[in-house]
Amino acid sequence: MIGALFCCAALSVAVTVGIVLSLIPPTLEFFTEVDIFAFLTGTDWAPLFVPAKFGVLPIVMGTIVVTICAISVAVPFGLGTAIYLSEYARPRVRKLLKPLIELLAGIPTVIYGYFALKFISPFVQNLWPFGDSPGVFNALSAGLVMGIMILPMVASLSEDALSAVPHGLREGAYALGSSKFEVSTRVSVPAALSGIVAAFVLSVSRAVGETMIVLIAAGGTPNMSLNPGEAMQTMTAFIAAAGTGDLPQGSTGYKTIFAVGSLLFVATFMMNVFSNRIVRKYREVYE
Amino acid sequence: MVNRETTDLGEADATRSLRTPAIVLTRGVETEALSNVGEADDPQTVFSVRGLDVHYGPTIAVAGIDLDIPARQITALIGPSGCGKSTFLRCFNRTNDLIPGAKVSGSVLYHGLDLYGPQIDPVEVRRRIGMVFQKPNPFPKSIYDNVAFGPRVNGQRKGLDEVVEHALTRAALWDEVKDKLKKSGLALSGGQQQRLCIARALAVNPDVVLMDEPCSALDPIATSRIEDLMVELKRDYTIVIVTHNMQQAARVSDRTAFFTAEVRDSGDRVGVLVEYDHTETIFTAPSDPRTEGYITGRFG
Repeated sequence: MIGALFCCAALSVAVTVGIVLSLIPPTLEFFTEVDIFAFLTGTDWAPLFVPAKFGVLPIVMGTIVVTICAISVAVPFGLGTAIYLSEYARPRVRKLLKPLIELLAGIPTVIYGYFALKFISPFVQNLWPFGDSPGVFNALSAGLVMGIMILPMVASLSEDALSAVPHGLREGAYALGSSKFEVSTRVSVPAALSGIVAAFVLSVSRAVGETMIVLIAAGGTPNMSLNPGEAMQTMTAFIAAAGTGDLPQGSTGYKTIFAVGSLLFVATFMMNVFSNRIVRKYREVYE
Repeated sequence: MVNRETTDLGEADATRSLRTPAIVLTRGVETEALSNVGEADDPQTVFSVRGLDVHYGPTIAVAGIDLDIPARQITALIGPSGCGKSTFLRCFNRTNDLIPGAKVSGSVLYHGLDLYGPQIDPVEVRRRIGMVFQKPNPFPKSIYDNVAFGPRVNGQRKGLDEVVEHALTRAALWDEVKDKLKKSGLALSGGQQQRLCIARALAVNPDVVLMDEPCSALDPIATSRIEDLMVELKRDYTIVIVTHNMQQAARVSDRTAFFTAEVRDSGDRVGVLVEYDHTETIFTAPSDPRTEGYITGRFG
């Protein structure tokens, strides 16, 4: 029995390790054909054209821009939602609202993609405050909708962290003449910070890894730009687009997919390590 | 500021209520105005409670309490578990407001002001009336930040070092922590944590300190330190303490109120005040047989 349960636990670990290992050989082969330094610093990305160019920075930039758009929606609204639910909402409101918010997380991403393209993008085009209005495909629409998609995760995880803060701490702060807002911002949020930062990091990982929304709404052109009003391609969108095309197995273009996949993996892995350090340094341990 | 000349014992100013939070009494003013009422056995009344009921949703927890709390003395609330003494204590700084469904009726006059009047800001009440809880609950912050928390919330930015040192000194903790103010408050022992919580309460310069079984989580040595501290503090503060420990009430308090739980016809257990008198009288010549039964250990 214990053995069966152990296999359950081992399965996901084994799959993860397997995926990572399978990335390595094609990636190494790729770097025998393309200089790693040129790959990481080049600003031209056209791996499937002739002549092929393998500068990865444009799709890295696209990923960063879309992620920033997503985070700037998900984190403030998610944290605000969490603070409202755990500190202000009456128990009945919370019981009703929390599952409703979590329902947002159950919507398929393809629907979010078309929501971005058909609903948000016209708004972005009409309300664009600087100069020429952006095209239908733009990074901002994709990023904003991605933010809405990961908002429930930020809200739910942060709310869990806030609810875990012992009630005695809040009472202590109230007894010193704190208002509800002061109790939330000076006691509850700092005490729950490690959980909130974990939610933040997870949401960045989700944004970096999200594919369908950007594939549909961000446009497919690699673009070395910081302007979210332009069409962009992200690393994940490139992998999806190239992977569904008819690339001959073993070609350099085929191996590019694995190289970009490895880069994505290394980036998210380093981010997790880094955030763990930050959490350990700043969190307030309350037990 | 409010003119306090006319304020005398208790109920005189029942109708007066605060206009704005800013004019909640300051300690200096009330001390001056009330100093002409000086008989040792009849000290000034800080709280005057009349006909107080507390409901939690549909059930009644405490009913019909009438009681006056004198200034700069220690008043102990004793009684068996579930007699509503903690619930009653929480009426003095409106911490019951924080519990959904709790409702307080009757009147609690604080220096003549109705604490439950429509214009009273509960946040302001809690700035004047501090509280120390059963389980030490220092914030997960440094010792310094724990003590400075209240003054900071009240808008103080300068002179915090002095406030922190003074409060820690008053709470008899300064010598033990002066070299590690940056360390977490949670790194202290239980007794030290509780004294840190007392220091934290004193740092906002309250008029009254409420203590809800402050020693129940502490060992005898830490308990005796806190008791000494209470006696020391009553020169400047009015202290109301809830305790399970009758010896503690007998050792430190000037007055004792004995509560018990009555079973009503409906089956509800309701906390009532049985007897309230000088501590010595309660422990040597109680007038109610239930008090005598409790203090001699026959029930509760």
